[in-house]
Amino acid sequence: MNWLAPFCAIVAREGLRFVHQRERFVSALVRPLVWLLVFAAGFRAALGLSITPPYQTYITYETYIVPGLCGMVLLFNGMQSSLSLVYDREMGSMRLLLTAPVPRWWLLLSKLVGSTLISITQVYAFLGIAALFGIDVDPLGYVAVFPALFVAGLMLGALGLALSSFIKQLENFAGVMNFVIFPMFFLSSALYPLWKMAESSELLHDICAANPFTHAVELIRFALYAELNLPALGWIVLALVVFGGLALWGYDPARGMARKRG
Amino acid sequence: MSLKVSNLSFSYGNKHALDRVTFELSPGFTALLGPNGAGKSTLYALLTRLITTTGAQISVAGHDLQTAPRAALGAMGVVFQQPTLDLDLTVSQNLRYFMALHGLHGRTARDRMDAALTRLDMAERAHEKVRKLNGGHRRRTELARALLHNPQVLLLDEPTVGLDAASREAITAHVHALAAGGMTVLWSTHLTDEVRPEDQLLILHRGALLAQGTAADITQGRPLKDHFLSVTGAEV
Repeated sequence: MNWLAPFCAIVAREGLRFVHQRERFVSALVRPLVWLLVFAAGFRAALGLSITPPYQTYITYETYIVPGLCGMVLLFNGMQSSLSLVYDREMGSMRLLLTAPVPRWWLLLSKLVGSTLISITQVYAFLGIAALFGIDVDPLGYVAVFPALFVAGLMLGALGLALSSFIKQLENFAGVMNFVIFPMFFLSSALYPLWKMAESSELLHDICAANPFTHAVELIRFALYAELNLPALGWIVLALVVFGGLALWGYDPARGMARKRG
Repeated sequence: MSLKVSNLSFSYGNKHALDRVTFELSPGFTALLGPNGAGKSTLYALLTRLITTTGAQISVAGHDLQTAPRAALGAMGVVFQQPTLDLDLTVSQNLRYFMALHGLHGRTARDRMDAALTRLDMAERAHEKVRKLNGGHRRRTELARALLHNPQVLLLDEPTVGLDAASREAITAHVHALAAGGMTVLWSTHLTDEVRPEDQLLILHRGALLAQGTAADITQGRPLKDHFLSVTGAEV
C-alpha cells in the first residue's frame, strides 16, 4: 500500500478547504494585524524594553510582538483545524478518513502537516504585510523561520488534534477558546518579555516559562534573527510528543470516536 | 466466508448495544433488518473499526480486522448512514480523494472513476459540486465511491434514509445486481420492502440476532412486515 498518496491527498484537501474559506484567510490576517498596528502602537509608550537576545539594539514594541503574533496565527489555526475535525466528525467525513486502509497515526500526521502548512502560509502573508509597514527582519530570517514555524505549528496543531478527540460537540468549542487559546496566549512571552512578567509576579513568570506557547514564540523570535534557541526547541519537541501521544490515544478505536452513538 | 463475525458484544456504559452477535456471510445480498436503536449502527462502527471491542472476532475476506486491519479495511466498501461527502468539492474531487486514501492514483484512478460514474449514471455530473446535487445523486456518488477499490464486501448502513421512492428503488436494485454479480453485501434497513424473498436476512433486535436465513424461510409465507412486527413489536 502506497502511503504517500493518502498523505498528499489529505494535505491537498486541507489546501482546498482553505481556498474555499477565504474569510478564514482574511480573519487570520486581520487578527494579528490589529494587534500589531493598533495595540502595539498604543502600548509601545507604556512598555520599555531593554536589550535582550536575540536583539542587538533597542527595538520598538512592534518589532517585539511580531514573533508572538506569528505564534498567534499558528495557535488560532491549530484550534481552527481542531474545530474542523469536530465538525468533520459530526458531519461524517471523519468516518471516511478513519476507515482508510492506512495506519491511523499516519492519517492524523498527514492532517497535522496539512494544517501546519496552511498556518505557515498565513504567517508569511502576515510577515509580508508587517514588512510593508516597515517591521521587517533580515532576508535570511524569513528563511530560517520556516522550520521554526513548522515545528511550532505541528506542536500547536497536535494540541488541537488532542482537544478535538475529547470535544464531543461543536458547541463546546467556545470553551476551548476561553480555556486554551486566551490563557496560552496571554501567559506567554508573546506580548511582554518574561523578565517583565517576573517583576509583577514570580508565579505568573513560572507559569509563562512552562507554557509551550512561550517556547514556540521564542523559537520563532530567535529564528527570525537566524539564531537557534535550543532549549525552546527541546520544550516544543517534548510538548509535541505529549500532545501527539494524547491525540493518538484520543483517536484510538478502542476508545472509540463513535461511542456516543447508539 | 467473506464476512465472519463471532461473539460480538458491545456496551455504552451499562447499556448493552450488541450481545454475542455471530453470523457468516457468503457472496450475495444480506439484509440486516432491525428497528431504530437495535444496534445496527454500532455493528457497522465495529465492522469498520471506528470502534473496537475485545473477545470478538471479525474477519473480512479472510483478513482478521483485529490483527490485519488495513487488509480488512481495504477489502470493504462502506456507505455510511451519515453523508460523508465534502459538499464544497466536486463529485470527481471527492472520488479522487477517496482513491488516494486507498493508495490509488494516476491513470488507474481515472479509469476506475469513469467506470464507476458511468455505471451509476453520474458521468455528466462529475464536475458538479456535491452541494448542488439532490439527495439521490449524493447517495449514488457515495455508492460509486464505495466501489472504486473493487471491494469484496460492501457494507451499507441504512443507505436509503431520506431518499424519495424512485431513488430508493434505483439504489436497492443496483446493489442487488452487484450482489448477484458475486459481491458480499450487508444492507442494513428498518424498511421491510427493501428485502426480497430470496435475500439472506438477519433480524437484529435490542442488540441480539433473532433470526438468520433466507427471508422466505424466516417468514414462512407471511408478509415480512407482519413477521418483523410480531418478533420485534416495532413500528415499521
